[in-house]
Amino acid sequence: MCLAIPAKVVSVEKNTARVDFGEGVLREINVTLVDAKVGDYVLVHAGYAIQVLDEKEAQETIQLWNQILEVETRNGNDG
Amino acid sequence: MTQKLRFRDPDLAKRAASMIRRLAKGNTKMVKICHVCGTHEWTITHYGLRSFLPNNVEVIAGPGCPVCIVPASEIDEAVQLALNGAVVICFGDLLRVPGSKMSLLDAKAEGADVRVVYGVSDAVKMAWKEREKDFVFFAVGFETTSPSTAVEILNKPSRNISFLISHRMIPPAMKLLVEMKDLRLDGFIAPGHVSTIIGLKPYEIFPNQYHMPVVVAGFEPLDVLISIYMILKQLNKHEPSLENEYTRAVHDEGNPKARKIMEEAFETVDGRWRGLGNISSSKFNLKQEYEAYDAHMKHGVKVEGGVDSKQGCRCHLVVIGRIKPTECPLFMKDCTPQKPVGACMVSSEGTCKIWAKQPE
Repeated sequence: MCLAIPAKVVSVEKNTARVDFGEGVLREINVTLVDAKVGDYVLVHAGYAIQVLDEKEAQETIQLWNQILEVETRNGNDG
Repeated sequence: MTQKLRFRDPDLAKRAASMIRRLAKGNTKMVKICHVCGTHEWTITHYGLRSFLPNNVEVIAGPGCPVCIVPASEIDEAVQLALNGAVVICFGDLLRVPGSKMSLLDAKAEGADVRVVYGVSDAVKMAWKEREKDFVFFAVGFETTSPSTAVEILNKPSRNISFLISHRMIPPAMKLLVEMKDLRLDGFIAPGHVSTIIGLKPYEIFPNQYHMPVVVAGFEPLDVLISIYMILKQLNKHEPSLENEYTRAVHDEGNPKARKIMEEAFETVDGRWRGLGNISSSKFNLKQEYEAYDAHMKHGVKVEGGVDSKQGCRCHLVVIGRIKPTECPLFMKDCTPQKPVGACMVSSEGTCKIWAKQPE
């Protein structure tokens, strides 16, 4: 039940936003809990945006994983 | 965004699994890592992540299903309200959770008006539309869900809707697990979406007081594998700490706006959890100034006690990860997703239901 799905904000009017869950699936959600702008990706849970996703952090996460795994692979015996 | 990024890269996953095996090598003691989120259990089971792990690393599912831990007494209250003529609105997962005698689905079969919604705002809209009816929203869920209930109440919905608040908090349940000496946990994978709201601070006590590693994790298979790796690394160094793997969604401070709204609407009280008993300061109640929206006050309903567990059902052991679903004698025999006996087989986030759909 704590499932939350990322969606892209298409329009915002007061506390309501239209978001795109991908492939054109649009839905109205409540954005009271976040400061979301058009173009942001938000995490949507039960009709509410609970957080704005950080695209830079997402890219850095992948880079970090690669770095960790490369370093560990070099140091490791069975990597 | 996520499609372009490689959150499910099989090559990275293989390398992460290899690193986990290397870190665990030579460890004579079994390492037991506990997660407390139904969505983490889904990721682990769906992607078969346990098969990547060496024999001396075990990941167990704690009480991460908010529907499964609602005590029978609270289901009984909702059933009573429905049978007395209120329209009871809930999330779909809750419909078949057994009460002492009946579930909400049983009440519906007896003619009660029980409706399922995607979110609390749908319930509020229904109440505005059908002013002649009396509505009760059964508000279940952890900190991910509670802010939405708080927003709707603070917005002063129409007076023909009230709320049966059953929201609970995860960190007090984690504390209870750590203090169960015979569970002997070595680390926590903390729930990513709960953490988007509460941030990192509530987990600080685990490394600081209990020397227990905590990694807040996302829900892609690689998020989970990397967080297991991070916990093993902490254990090997004997340096338990609190780390955030899910930085793309979880900020250190969480979502202060959401927490402020929750604090305005709710007060924290002790609460009973199905399978876990009473946990201090683990439940939200509506503050007195909003009692007009409190279903308990409005309808004078209060059920004490209640029968949480049917004979033979071992949900109370599954919910704390003490046994696997397959160790329950009823699993897939008398208790199936079609005819569930215990709450863990009902919800899509219940460990038994997940295992029933995706056998390991």
